[in-house]
This record gives sequence, structure tokens and C-alpha cells, in this order.
Amino acid sequence: MALEVGSGLTIGLILGTVIVVAAMLIWVERRLLSFWQERLGPNRVGPFGLLQVVADMIKIFTKEDWVPPFADRVSFIIAPAIIMTVILLSFAVIPFAPNIGIIESNIGVLFILAMASLGAYSVMLGGLSSDNKYALLGSLRAAAQMVSYEVFMGISLLGVVALSGSFNLRTIVEAQEGMWFVVPQFVGFVIFLIAGVAESHRLPFDIPEAEQEICAGYHTEYSGMKFGMFFVGEYLGLVLVSSLITVLFFGGWMGPGFLPPVVWFAVKSGVFIAFFILLRAAIPRPRYDQLMTYGWLFLLPLSLINLLVTGAVILSN
Amino acid sequence: MAKIVVDGNEFEVNPKNNLLQECLSLGLDLPYFCWHPCMGSVGACRQCAVKQYRDENDEKGTIVMACMTPASDGARISIADEQAHDMRERVIESLMISHPHDCPVCEEGGECHLQDMTLMSGHNYRRYDKKKVTHHNQYLGPFINHEMNRCITCYRCVRFYDDYAGGNDLSAQASHHHTYFGRHEEGTLENEFSGNLVEVCPTGVFTDKVFSQAYTRKWDLQTAPSVCTGCSTGCNITPGERYGSLRRIVNRYNSEVNGYFICDRGRFGWEYVNGEERIKTPVQVVGDESKGMSDEEIDELFNDLAKGVVIGIGSPRSSNESNYALRKLVGEANFYPGIANNEHAINQLILELHKDKAFHTPSVREIERADAVIIIGEDITNTAPRIALAVRQSVRNKASELAELNNIPVWQDAAVRELAQQERGPLFILSNAASRLDDVAQQTLIGTCAEQAQFAFAVAEALEGGTPAGLTEQQEKVLLEVVEALRHAKRPLVVSGSSNGSIEMVQAASNIARALSGDQPSHMALVFPEVNTMGLELLVGPEQKLSTALERCSSGEVSGVIVLENDLYRRAPTAAVDNALLQADTVVVLDQMHSATTSKATHVFPVTAFSEQESTYVNYESRAQLSFQVHQTVTDAKPGWKWLTNGDSDINSIIKDCSDEAEGFGSLDGLVPRLSQFVVGLKIPRQSHRYSGRTAMIANRNVHEPKQPEDNESVMAFSMEGMPAMKDASILGSTWAPSWNSNQSISKFQEEVNGELKQGHTGTLLLTEKTETGIPFQPIQVEGGGDSGQLTLSLAFQIFGSEELSARSPSIQKRMTDAYVALAPVDAARLEISHGDAVAINGGPVAVACIREKISEGSCVVHCGAQINPHDLAGAVSLTKTSESLPGKGLSGLIVSDLCEESY
Amino acid sequence: MYSLIKDTLLSQVVTLWGVFKKLFVKADTVEYPDQQPYMFPRWRGRIILSRDPDGEERCVACNLCAVACPVDCIALQKGEMEDGRWYPEFFRINFSRCIMCGFCEEACPTNAIQLTPDFEMAEYVRQDMVWEKEDLLISGCGKYHDYNFYRVAGKQISGKDKGEALNEAKPVNVRSLMP
Repeated sequence: MALEVGSGLTIGLILGTVIVVAAMLIWVERRLLSFWQERLGPNRVGPFGLLQVVADMIKIFTKEDWVPPFADRVSFIIAPAIIMTVILLSFAVIPFAPNIGIIESNIGVLFILAMASLGAYSVMLGGLSSDNKYALLGSLRAAAQMVSYEVFMGISLLGVVALSGSFNLRTIVEAQEGMWFVVPQFVGFVIFLIAGVAESHRLPFDIPEAEQEICAGYHTEYSGMKFGMFFVGEYLGLVLVSSLITVLFFGGWMGPGFLPPVVWFAVKSGVFIAFFILLRAAIPRPRYDQLMTYGWLFLLPLSLINLLVTGAVILSN
Repeated sequence: MAKIVVDGNEFEVNPKNNLLQECLSLGLDLPYFCWHPCMGSVGACRQCAVKQYRDENDEKGTIVMACMTPASDGARISIADEQAHDMRERVIESLMISHPHDCPVCEEGGECHLQDMTLMSGHNYRRYDKKKVTHHNQYLGPFINHEMNRCITCYRCVRFYDDYAGGNDLSAQASHHHTYFGRHEEGTLENEFSGNLVEVCPTGVFTDKVFSQAYTRKWDLQTAPSVCTGCSTGCNITPGERYGSLRRIVNRYNSEVNGYFICDRGRFGWEYVNGEERIKTPVQVVGDESKGMSDEEIDELFNDLAKGVVIGIGSPRSSNESNYALRKLVGEANFYPGIANNEHAINQLILELHKDKAFHTPSVREIERADAVIIIGEDITNTAPRIALAVRQSVRNKASELAELNNIPVWQDAAVRELAQQERGPLFILSNAASRLDDVAQQTLIGTCAEQAQFAFAVAEALEGGTPAGLTEQQEKVLLEVVEALRHAKRPLVVSGSSNGSIEMVQAASNIARALSGDQPSHMALVFPEVNTMGLELLVGPEQKLSTALERCSSGEVSGVIVLENDLYRRAPTAAVDNALLQADTVVVLDQMHSATTSKATHVFPVTAFSEQESTYVNYESRAQLSFQVHQTVTDAKPGWKWLTNGDSDINSIIKDCSDEAEGFGSLDGLVPRLSQFVVGLKIPRQSHRYSGRTAMIANRNVHEPKQPEDNESVMAFSMEGMPAMKDASILGSTWAPSWNSNQSISKFQEEVNGELKQGHTGTLLLTEKTETGIPFQPIQVEGGGDSGQLTLSLAFQIFGSEELSARSPSIQKRMTDAYVALAPVDAARLEISHGDAVAINGGPVAVACIREKISEGSCVVHCGAQINPHDLAGAVSLTKTSESLPGKGLSGLIVSDLCEESY
Repeated sequence: MYSLIKDTLLSQVVTLWGVFKKLFVKADTVEYPDQQPYMFPRWRGRIILSRDPDGEERCVACNLCAVACPVDCIALQKGEMEDGRWYPEFFRINFSRCIMCGFCEEACPTNAIQLTPDFEMAEYVRQDMVWEKEDLLISGCGKYHDYNFYRVAGKQISGKDKGEALNEAKPVNVRSLMP
């Protein structure tokens, strides 16, 4: 079987790689965080602590899979599955390399936005079904945050779409042959970066979880592998956002020929993953109201202006 | 009232007192050492320096000693003044120059007045680099430890021991900085109030030897207000417990009863509570074997007993509740007092006299105020020691009178003593032998009980205006003195009691008191030998005699007998008791300790000791007092009433029942404090706020700490939680106030110095209703001349040994004597008995012969102790020398002033 | 506008850069138990009871440690030797309650109770964390080498009569009238 778009081997490889990378991120994040905090981090299990992930997996699989008696059972169980599913589905449209990808879609960008919207349901359902005040607060925050930031995320992408003239991600990558879109669409890139952090509720925008205020937010009542799915879902989201930034603004797989395209893609994505971890290490969490004000009163106008200016430039050309 | 200004604040004070006392009454913190609320001022320590100003314009002022300065109207003083403060600091620095560096190994540490005052005055560093003066210590007997190096020469010890308590074997010796407080040679401190030195000494020179053996700091003791069960005075005490065992007893202030002092029997007679001899579990005796009893078996036993007629024998050392519960169980007709017949008759007579309008029974404080006292036949030093101490103070009222005449403040102790010299108020003692109060008595008449009664009747007759006949020349001379003194006294007092078993003496005493009463009732104190005799007598009628009970048992008409906390072999002739206990099918004995009676029992139940139960006792003046539970027992013991009521009742309901149903106990229920009385219903903690070791005390048994034991019945808690007593002195276990860790903190709880406790409770008098005046009793005639060879017998009591339970305490035992028979030298010579010989009484029980000068010819005085049953002896006995060997102690513990010289 | 950017955006960037630089700083972590950390002598770890330079127990059972203990985890009972020397009949520390605050050491007037740099005190059974005197008493002086309470205190013990403690004069002769 050849490595080509849509082949079974490719699908299997992508699925496996993405999940393994997401799981490995648990270790990567802990070690990177500790370096930035002048510590060593997990270095006991296996070489460099690499097997920490295995240990964590064993732990999380063998923990009691507890469904609180007061929870709404059905939605409590499907909630973590949703987030895993929608994010994995999003990877379907990502072009990893000229010949690596799952589907060619003309509406790739829209598909990803749609999937991101569905992800909000996971968090909302999880929080609501837990019948716990912290979980409820967390899910309320998550709903508001994800709905709000989706708006700017979408608008910030439109510049890229307008420049490439396509919703197809592969076309967008190919359109960056001459220049990465980060240059003409720098503002769009910044807004997308921020919205991406907010969408995957990573620190500093982990307001729906905010341990210090509301325990663990929407997943307060979760344990065992159900919690694990939320956990891995978060890392998958991190990988997805990094991949999207690579694809949309940094020329995807493109790079000098001494490395294969897929490696270029991985390196670029890896840099952004590391950057997201650096954000966690460095920047404190804003207040909920600050987050919303910042989004609606600053990012929304900025993204609209960005779109208008882009449109004007294209028209004038 | 006078107005004084202290540090700019105006106060109203009593001008008759000194500034120090008034400052303390006002709640101000002013350091002092030598001043004692009960003993006045001598100005020895220079610690209470304050600055006094002439008027508001005087800014310079002069330093004066507050304890030596009257609180006269318009006085302006400053405690906070820098110079005064500096002086106090320097004074304490010099007092501390030779103080040894041994607070950690000092029993006073943590409740030391010297520590408190050092902190209060601000001294903290010994700058003097020369050598410390040191002293050798003395052995001072089984009660008191001596550590002379700690002395700060405040002279409080000798002022208490010699001047207040009448001791003569402690003195200030040597001079200047070598001053030494001790005995002329090593030996036991003889005075029966020596234990108070522990509390009087502001530092650790005199400490409690018994307490030291299992020493615990004050803050670690679990305490509760309790009442002494040593005699019928009903002194208030604070027992302290730690790790499940009782550790010590200290005085608890009660303005009406004991004030600041208790006797050594009360202070040291508690050790039996921890004793190995305690009965620990309920036991059934079958044949020669004894086996434990299950709860079902106990229920069954009481159910079986309830089917037939059961005799109940109450106890004068048992609480009201237990006696009442027994009476309720067996019925009034079957309830008998565990008191000898003759004593019972006297007790009932005393009850009658209590109700008589002509008499008032004075409290201990009132006894101290008497200005002429006659004691008839009762050796109060040995039967009610605290009253003897009060009588000793009463003779000093003469000195106070003189002082007032000469315009000397009464609190100027040294000046008043100097002025009064040997002038004392009249005290007359009729006794069977020399007594410890003889040194302050104006006249002491020695005679048999009948002779004493006859003389007392004569006094009464003379007071009524008659001319009594049949007196010897010497008696007539004394009679004149007595009548003269009593007639002119404003507050005369008659003291007698029931311990000697002579009803005539009590009758004669009441005749004297009746003759003295005019519009006002006259004061008469009639004391009992045991703590709750009064409470028991209130529950029984005069016709309920112990002998009847024993006869009914012997006749076999009853199915069983329940003996409550009583050794019947101290109450009735041995043969009668033997027979009764043999004939009864079931003999149930409830007691703390094994005794001759328990050995004859079929069932023995363990009863809690005084510190392990909440209970009420009635003292000689019918004052009912509540004694709280201090700690939980480590055995299966329960209060007597709990066994007898099948465990259904709690203490509050049994007191309520007793109060409602038993005649005379109407106000008993009012003694029990209710939680609603206290701030927000908080309980009163038994443990201090510094109680330590809670999470380690029993961690050796189980590291998981159990919940603190709960006390569902009383207002006190077995923990540190609740409302500290300092907010509400009504339940004052241990006294403590900020910066006052020692017992001197009591002034913070008094309305004024020597006054009542704030919100305090002094007990409730049960017999307050008075009936019409009765009529005087007919005098008795003494039959002339006994038959040859026989000696008239009367009983001697010993503070250490006569009380049944305290006599089981090891330290008390070291002060006890064996049973002895005291006789006059003439009789001794006639019978060829010399001092220390073994003597058989009526050919039976053996006692040590003790030859004393002040015993009238033809009579003998016998101290029975636990060895001889006094009821086996008739009124006249014959003595024979025997060769039987004596038990070890001999007469070593005997302290009397009239031992014949040659017999030493 | 500039200050707004400086306060919001720029400060975040500076922070990010500052934290990023830590990547090249050596970690502070001491890899216990492979690497034993240096424990300072005044570290407040396992509690011991020491002996004085003569080899006698220093503890005089004064109870001050127990009362100073904020978690009440020390319990003891005073006993007395024949010669008058005080000692603890039992001395118990419940280490499952101890918070290693060191107040007991502060309170101790004889330097008997001391905290040591040993902190490896974990047990599988909680009951094993209750230590009695036999477990606590060491054979040396601990941190304080010279102090012997009884040489300073006036209390008489065997081998030290009255007047033989530090800075004490010979006992006075009470019978003497000389100054």
C-alpha cells in the first residue's frame, strides 16, 4: 500500500500518531514546565521519564470508573466521548504533507470550525450532567468562552481564505508557495492564536477548569478514563490548533528540501505546541469578565478591521 | 466609704483596710509577697511599693508600701509610676539573688507566686555575680518537702504556722541573709494544718510531698469543685487528676466555710482513691470462692431482693443521693442509719436543737468572730479540725478589740500582736484529756464525760441565776470565770458534738446556749465525726436504730440486708454484727474499700470515691454542698445510687427526687447549676486551657484518639472546651487569672478580698425553719465513786486515723498511732503499767499504754483506730498488762502536750 | 496607546521571554534519595532526648515541652530518683501528630529535647509513630555539648551537695551568730 491521501494505511498512521503524540504531550508538558520552573520534572520512569506516560495510562485505566449517583448518566458518559471524537474528526481535513492526509475537502476550514462548535457540547454536557455547582459554573464559563471566541476565530481565518481563494486547506498551503500567510495576515495570526488557546481552554484561558476557584470546573466529578478522555482531548486540541496554525499561516509542510515535508510539518507544529506550554508556564489566568471584555471589545473589532483591510488590498490589486 | 485615686482613676474603698488589699479588691495588679488576706500586713517584703501623692498638685510623691498604708479618704497613689515600678523590680531582683536555678524541678513551678510577681515586676536577669547563699534542707515528715534555697524570707510560713495555726515547731532561725525557716531539728511538722504551708508559701520552699511523688503541673490537672469528706465541716476542696489517678487536693475558697485553709486530713487523706485495696468489680461470694457478676446477675439479685423484706443500712460517709436511693429501695420502715445507737440518739437530738429558735449554728466564719467560746467534751482538733482553727482565731478577737481601742488598724499584724501580748479572748475547754487548743484556753477542765456534763449543766444553771451545788472548789472557781466571760460576751459560742457518745454533754451544751440566748438566738456549733452524718440523720427517724436492724437480721425474718458504704464493725458490738450478717441470706455491701464487713458479704459492689462522682453532702450546720465529679473511675465502680436504682436514674433526677420527696431536703435541687445559667449554654471545662498531652496521653494503647469522654449529667465537661471558670466563678475548680497562675489569683474571683466569690455559691442551709423554743434539759447527777479497779472509759480521736477512709492513705498512715489507752500516772502506777506497754482491755483487745498527765484519776481514754471496735468496750473497763506483742507503729505519731515527762 | 500596548502586550512578551530563558538554567532539584541533601544542623526533624555530659538523662520532666506543644503530642510523667533527681517515668511523643515546629526545644530549660536533621520517619503502621522514651533517648549530648542543668541548679543530687552548684556558697550554719 502506498502512502497516499485517503488510503487505509495513511488513516491508521495519522490516527495512531495523533493519539500517541497527544498522550506523549502529558510528559512533554510536565518536563518543559519543570525546566521553565528550574525543576527536573518526571525523570524516574524509563529513560528521561519517557515511560511516565505508560505509568499514567496504567493508573488512569485502573482507577475506579465512577459515575456519581446524582449525575445524569447518559450525558455524563457521552460527554467525554464527544470531545475526543470531534477533535479527531477535525484531523481528517488537515494536510500533513503532499501525499499525507485523510480527505480532500473543499470546505476544510468550515469543517474544522463546525467541529470546534460541537466540542462546546462536550464541555457543557459534562458540566451540566454532573449536578455539581463547580461543574455547572465551569460549563457555563466554557460555553460562553467557546461560543465567543469561535466568532473571532472564524473571522480571523477569512483573511487567509480570501488570500488563497479557497476553503480547502491543501489549496491554502499551496497558495503559500511564495510567502507564508503569517506576513500578510499577521494580525489574523495573532487573533487566531489567542482564539485557539481559548477554544482549547488551555492556560492562561483555562477559565472553565480554574482549579483555584472552581475545583476542576466541568470535569470535577469525572474520574478514571472518562477524565482521561477530557485530558487527552485537551492535548489533541492543542495538537490540532498547532497544526492549523502551521497549515494556515506557516506554509504547512513546505520548507527547504533537506528534510521531508512531513518533518517540516511536525517541526513547525512542535514549535507551536512548545509555545502553548510556555504560555502556561508564564502567563497568569485572567478573570472571566476580563476574558469576555477582551474578546468582544478588542479582538472582534480588530479581526473585522483585518478582514476589511485584507479585502480592500485584494480588491485594489 | 473613702475615695482614693489610683493612677488618675477614682475608686471607692473601705478606709478600714490597707491600700494593697483595696487595690486587689478593685482588681488591680499589684505585686506582694508577705501580705496574706487572712494574716494582715507586716511590711516584710517591700514588694508592694507604690507612689503616694499629698494632693493633686504634688508631682513628686513619696514611695510607700501599699500594705502598710491605710486606704484613707483622699489618698492619691500611683502603681504605674516609674519609680515605684523600678523599686519593685529592684526589690525582687535582690530577693532573687540567691534563688536557685531550679524552677523546672520545683513542684511550685507553674503556680508560683514568685514567678508571677517576677514577671509582673519586670525583673528578668540576675546581674549579681557573687555566690548564692545556700541552706541544707530538713526532713519535715510525710506531708511536706523542704527546699530552703528557694526562700525569699517573706515570713509567711511562720506567721501562718505559729501565729495562725498555733504550731510551735517551725521557726525563723539565724539572721540577716542567713535566715532559715525550719524546725529546731529534723522531724515531722506536728501541726495538723502544716499542709497549708504549701499554699501559703509564695514559692517552693514548702511543697506537697505526696503530690510530688506523682507530680503534675497545675495546668495538666483535671479539676472540679469538690467537698472534703474528712469530717462534718464540709470544707471546699479542689482535687486534681491526671492519667486516671487522683494527684492532690488543694483548698478551694468558700467565704463561709473553710476560707483559705484546710486541715492535713483533708489535704492528704485522698490516697486511698488510687489504692490497690479498692474494690474493683462487683463480686458474688459462693462458699469460699468469689466470682464476678454479669449485668443480668446483678439485675436478678436486686429483683430477688425486691421480692422479700430487705434491710437497708445507710452511711454517714455516703452522699445524700445514695442514702436516699437506698431508703427508696428498701422502704422507709426498713431503712436504718449505719450509726451507733448512742450516737444516733445524740444526732437526732442535735437535729431537734437545729430547729429550735433559741439556737443558731454558726458557720466557720462566724465561729472565727466569736468572742467567748466554751467547748464541751468534743476534741474538735481531731474531729472537726477546721473548726478548731476557727476557734483558735476567735481568741484573737480580743487583740482586735484592743487595737481598735488604741486606734491601730487591725491589719497591722505585728503591731496588734505586740499590743495584745498574751491577751486572749476567753476560751474554756471541758475535755477528757489535754487537747491541742489548751495553749490558747483560759481554763481547761479535765474529767470524764459525766463530769463534764455535770459541770456544763452547772454553768447553765449559774447563767440562769441559780447556784449549782456539788462542785469541787476548783470547779467553782472556773465556773465563776466561765459565767463571767460568757455573760459579758457579745457573740458567745458553745461547741460540742456527738463523737463521744454522751447525750448529756450535748444536752448540757444546749442548756448553756439556751441560757445565753436572749432576743437573738445564741451560737452553738454541734459537730459530727463524719461528713454526711447530718444528711443521713435527716433521712431517718429517731426510732430507726441500728441495733433494731441487726436484731431483725438475726431473727431471720428478712431476706437480705444492703449495707451502704459502711463497716458495721465500727458501729455496733462485734458479736451483734457477726450474728446479723451470718443469719441474713443475702448480704449486699457497697463500698469503696474492703473492710471487715465486706469480708462477711455475699455480694460486694464497688462504689465510686468522692472524686469520681457528683454528690451532695450536708455539713454540721445543715449546709448542703454540691461536689462535682473530678474524673472518671478506672474500675467498674458506680455511685451507690446508681447500683441501687438499677442504673436508670441520673444524678440530676435523683437529686430532684430527693429534694421533692425527702423531708428537709427541699432546697437540695437548687444546688445543681443548670446549663441555661451560663453564657450561651456552654459547659464549664474541667481541664485548663493549657492542658497538655491530649494526643499522646493514651497513644501507647491506641494511636487513634478516642472522643473526649462526655459528661451528660453535669454542667462540666471532661475537656478543655467551654466557658472558662474565670468568666463565672460559680463553678470554680482551679483558679487562674491572666498573670496570676498561683492560688493567689483567688482575689480576682472575690467580690472583695476575703469576700464572697463573684457569682459564687457557698452552699444552701437545709434547716432554716425554726420552731418554738424548747425547754432546758434536766441536769444529771454523777454517781459517786466507781468500783475498784475499773476505769471509766472515754474515747480519743485522732485527726490521722479516726476517719475510716483517709486512714487508708499511706501518708496519713505514717502519722497514725496504734490503738492506745491513755491513763493517769496514778492509775498507771497502781496497775503497774508503764508507758508503751501492751495492755489488754477487759482481757480482750490489746492497745499501747500511754501515760498522760492531764487525765483524771480513775478514768482512761482509748483511741480505737481500726484495730478495736469501740462498741465492744463498756463504760468502765479493767486494764491488764499483757505480754502480747504490739503492731509496729506504737505511739510514734501521737502528738499531745501532756505526755508524762518520765515516761519518755 | 503606546502605554496600553506596553502594559498589555509587551509585558506579556517580556514575561514569556523571561520564563523561556529558564530553559538554560540549571535545575534546583536535589535528586533524593539518590542524592542526599545537605541537612542544616538546626533543621527541625526527628525529636530526640539527649543526655548531659555525665551521661545522665537531661530531661527533668518539667512538662514545659508538653505545654508548649501546639498539637499536644507530648505526654510524660515525672518520676524521682532516690537522690532527688527528677526524670520522666515515661515520655511519649506521638509523631503522627507532631508538626516539627520546634516549640518543645525552645521551651526546654535543660536542652534535653532537641530536633535533629533526620526527617525520614515514615511508617506503614500509624501506631509505630508513637515513640516512647526508650526510642527517643540517645546516648550523647546532641547539639549542646556542655550544658548540665544540675550543675547550675540548686537542687541537691547525689554527688552534688547543697552549695556545690555553679556560683553557690557553702551552706550556712544556722546556729552561728557570725555575720
